[in-house]
Amino acid sequence: MPALATYALRLGDDALVLSHRLGEWISVAPAIEEDIALGNIGLDLIGQARALLTYAGEVEGAGRTEDDLAYLRGERDYLNVQLVEVPNGDFGATIARQLVFSTYQLELYERLQGSVDPTLAGVAGKAVKEVAYHREHAALWVLRLGDGTEESHRRMQAGLDTMWPYVAELFEGDEVDRSLSTERIAVDPARLRDPWWSSVSSVLAEATLDEPAPRWRARGGRRGIHTESLGFLLAEMQHLHRSHPGASW
Amino acid sequence: MTAPTCDRDHTTVAAARSVVADVPDPEVPVLTIDDLGVLRDVQIDGAGTVHVTITPTYSGCPAMDVIRDDVRTALEHAGWRTVEIHTVLSPAWTTDWMSDAGRAKLRTYGIAPPSSAVRGSRSVTLALSVRCPQCDSLDTRELSRFGSTACKSLWVCQTCTEPFDHFKAI
Repeated sequence: MPALATYALRLGDDALVLSHRLGEWISVAPAIEEDIALGNIGLDLIGQARALLTYAGEVEGAGRTEDDLAYLRGERDYLNVQLVEVPNGDFGATIARQLVFSTYQLELYERLQGSVDPTLAGVAGKAVKEVAYHREHAALWVLRLGDGTEESHRRMQAGLDTMWPYVAELFEGDEVDRSLSTERIAVDPARLRDPWWSSVSSVLAEATLDEPAPRWRARGGRRGIHTESLGFLLAEMQHLHRSHPGASW
Repeated sequence: MTAPTCDRDHTTVAAARSVVADVPDPEVPVLTIDDLGVLRDVQIDGAGTVHVTITPTYSGCPAMDVIRDDVRTALEHAGWRTVEIHTVLSPAWTTDWMSDAGRAKLRTYGIAPPSSAVRGSRSVTLALSVRCPQCDSLDTRELSRFGSTACKSLWVCQTCTEPFDHFKAI
């Protein structure tokens, strides 16, 4: 697969897998407004994923559509970071992931708007406005829970502790990132770490939360290495399409 | 209505455009896709095919598939047999493209129209005060930044106590 297709697929898989996790909150979030908020954020991510998977299929040139890529790949062919596949767990863990991931996407898409690739620039220019709302939503919750009651503080901190081993992988670049960023097509993820931390650390400080110090770190998602949870997620997401090939609304 | 001929004069394009411009948004039917700024362009090529270009409000807007079908149906009913619909992402849609007529229609419908979206991508536009579309009070409060559709947030008026939707500026 060409590097550009791999790159588009990686970003698309991040959005697709996280949108599925967010959809799992619908009807069981702490309040109905939150069902709607997480559902809407998931919907924005599905939209981004559709554009990116469609583009990956076009660049690959093997005739694969967005549906082929979403529904007919196994877990070893998924190139998302492991952060987005971690099961939701407590609401505090979901909000921790939202802060981590939406801030990452905001920094990424802001820069990707300037890509010399018009499709990536177009997707990023569209998504950056949506992601600004996602990041705002997460930051407001982190403040409310972190600087809230003793229990909300404890659970928000525990959520951060759960997600932190998966943070480093977001900023690990490989040959695909490096070659495409040299051509000003992609953004080297290593460049996003400092602005990401500057934004996240100010939210944590205001919310009286500590930066976790994980004793291990996830890696390999970009090469198709995943935790056991992804297989279960894909089984649910792909079941209908695989059982009824070609089914549509 | 009879099928128009393939003369590519301005009246034909204008006729096609006016048919497309009247297609309502499926989720906020008081607005047309032209009021919303979702309709970007209508052209007719040498073979008589109508090319309609639309852009989504949000990346995942589920109304886009319905809009595509509705545009095609409206043109076919008006006599155009071959229609191609193109979706573009760039330039990214902004609520600033919403027409003044559209804003007035939204308010009458009970949805507070968007404020101006002039800003950088870093921050979310904070509507300092959103006017209640029911009683015009400025004493209103945001309940949730995400409402019944991707493009709206949920507010409540503290004067008349009615909840209402606000079209988010992006």
